[in-house]
Amino acid sequence: MNEKFSFKKLIQLYEEIISVNHRTEIARELRDEDDLFLFLCLSETLGLPNPAYYYTLELYPYMLEKFHEWHLRMGMDKSPLTGFRCC
Amino acid sequence: MSAIWLAVIGTVVFILGYRYYSKFVAEKIYRLDPNYVTPAHEFRDDVDFVPTNKIVLWGHHFTSVAGAAPIVGPAIAVYWGWLPALLWVVLGTVFAAGVHDFGTLVLSVRNKGQSVGTLAHKLIGKRAKILFLFIILILVLMVNAVFAWVISNLFVKFPASVIPVFIQIPLAVWIGYAVYKRQKKMLIPSLIALAVMYLAAIVTSRVPALQIDLVSYFGGEEAVTLFGLNGVSMAFFVWIIILMVYCYIASTLPVWKLLQPRDFINSHQLVVGLGIMYLGLLFLNPDVTAPAINPAATDKSWFPLLFITIACGAISGFHGLVSSGTSSKQLNKETDARFVGYLGAVGEGFLALISIIAVVTLFANAGDFSAAYSSFSAANGGGLGNFINGGANLASGIGIPADIAMTIISVIVVSFAATTLDSSVRLMRYIITELADEYNFKPLTKPHAATSFAVIASAALVLLPKGPNGFGSGGYLLWPLFGTANQLLAAISLMLISIWLKRLGRNYLVTFVPMVFLLVMTVWAMIQQVVFEWSGLGATDMNLLLFVFGAIILVFALWITLTAMLELSKRSNLNK
Repeated sequence: MNEKFSFKKLIQLYEEIISVNHRTEIARELRDEDDLFLFLCLSETLGLPNPAYYYTLELYPYMLEKFHEWHLRMGMDKSPLTGFRCC
Repeated sequence: MSAIWLAVIGTVVFILGYRYYSKFVAEKIYRLDPNYVTPAHEFRDDVDFVPTNKIVLWGHHFTSVAGAAPIVGPAIAVYWGWLPALLWVVLGTVFAAGVHDFGTLVLSVRNKGQSVGTLAHKLIGKRAKILFLFIILILVLMVNAVFAWVISNLFVKFPASVIPVFIQIPLAVWIGYAVYKRQKKMLIPSLIALAVMYLAAIVTSRVPALQIDLVSYFGGEEAVTLFGLNGVSMAFFVWIIILMVYCYIASTLPVWKLLQPRDFINSHQLVVGLGIMYLGLLFLNPDVTAPAINPAATDKSWFPLLFITIACGAISGFHGLVSSGTSSKQLNKETDARFVGYLGAVGEGFLALISIIAVVTLFANAGDFSAAYSSFSAANGGGLGNFINGGANLASGIGIPADIAMTIISVIVVSFAATTLDSSVRLMRYIITELADEYNFKPLTKPHAATSFAVIASAALVLLPKGPNGFGSGGYLLWPLFGTANQLLAAISLMLISIWLKRLGRNYLVTFVPMVFLLVMTVWAMIQQVVFEWSGLGATDMNLLLFVFGAIILVFALWITLTAMLELSKRSNLNK
């Protein structure tokens, strides 16, 4: 409450107010796109041939962080991959 | 009497309601705890559950619930005079809508951010959830039909508003592209869009060639066109088909491409519209020319019809869907619920208040008012047009010429109605999918199939009732059904809050009394209309469509009343 008033902050607040209505839906749409991308990257491990596996392999360390939430979202309580250390 | 007094009375009661009544409810009934870990923190995923500043969340709640409905209802209900409408809007907001919006928010926060439908399942049983989904389905179907009619009606009556409204679509697509693909800030593009729209409104108001008047294109009101329809019927038919095609596209596109940027523009329009009219009211200081109680309103009794004619603006079940669907998942602190929920309802009360003021100051004298509001069906058909003329009259107080103000106000109302329409088609698609999943009916679980079903059913519903201007112009007949479904939904939400409060051993009268009131009004109004008006048993002919829908709503209302009584008595036995 004691924060100094600034016009910039006011505009930020206003922008947030008018964008918050669809924030959830847009975040969900983006997450769906990410989920599909993650599935494509993991396709080799799931038994589907992936011509770009040489490159996607390099992404695995970064994907590992998102992997647990991804397989939960996909309706699998446990990790479907033996090569991935997860839950 | 100066109309400023109406605004002052409304404002004072709203302030007192927020300052004292909501404080009492927050502290003694809902017992908000500033240390309670809200679902936004407990389940934070940055998609559904995001802790959000209370002012931002209030803005979300207000802009989600403020649409064309709180304008249309009061503009019709002044038929009985301004006093009953004013009292219901002001007292309904303070004692019913406020505790309802606030209560559904708290109930959901205390139950992991679950929606009212899921809570109905949890607190009463599976059948209650299915019943709830069917009521929402009927409600959104009514919303689609009513608002498609509202927009078509405004396009027919105010042809200058067509181009500014349609310009909004490419502008919104451009904003969506600028914000999401080019990472631009949204304020400047949406202000530019608003300026372009209002510039277009000025031009179309003054250049008749740019007014898309379909009735005259088809050769005038009496002309016979395709399928033997007259000019007005054909204009309604064409507009409704165009709107439904638009809805189909808008509700299947990704949100950021059209819906969200349209909402950016419309949020500004809400501010501009309210600003123009309240400022105009101050500068113009018009007199209230309509009677406080209309002695000529004899064809329909205000009791109980007033309470379903004004749904949004006094209390509306749709708010509970917003409170429990999204706001509850984003509440930062439990104590913010009072600000977000109660004040969100108050915001809508202000919109309903200006709608009443605009209409009751429009006419030169009580005689003109009586001529415009000669019967309830005249009020239904012309209420919104009167609001636009009244709003333009208020806007003239700050120097905007009447013809331009009329186009701008109609653009604002159409934009609100269009937002409600496409969001509601989208919502209907989700519900159809959920019900199809529940009953294992695979074809309707697909988005395009569900949307097609939603759009075709809505178009059929709006085109079927016959109005004074023929085919398609009778959409306003659905307004009481829309109001009833909405109030019924509010009654269920209030019942859930009452059951929850009773189980916690708290005083539940603050929600129980408005619940009983709404249920009695809904059942009463429906019996009156279904049995004496639409069934053919009374003085009028049978109206099968309204009779079937009315009967369904009536059965649901009775079912809910019984469920509530059983549930509340069962718990009291347990407590003993």
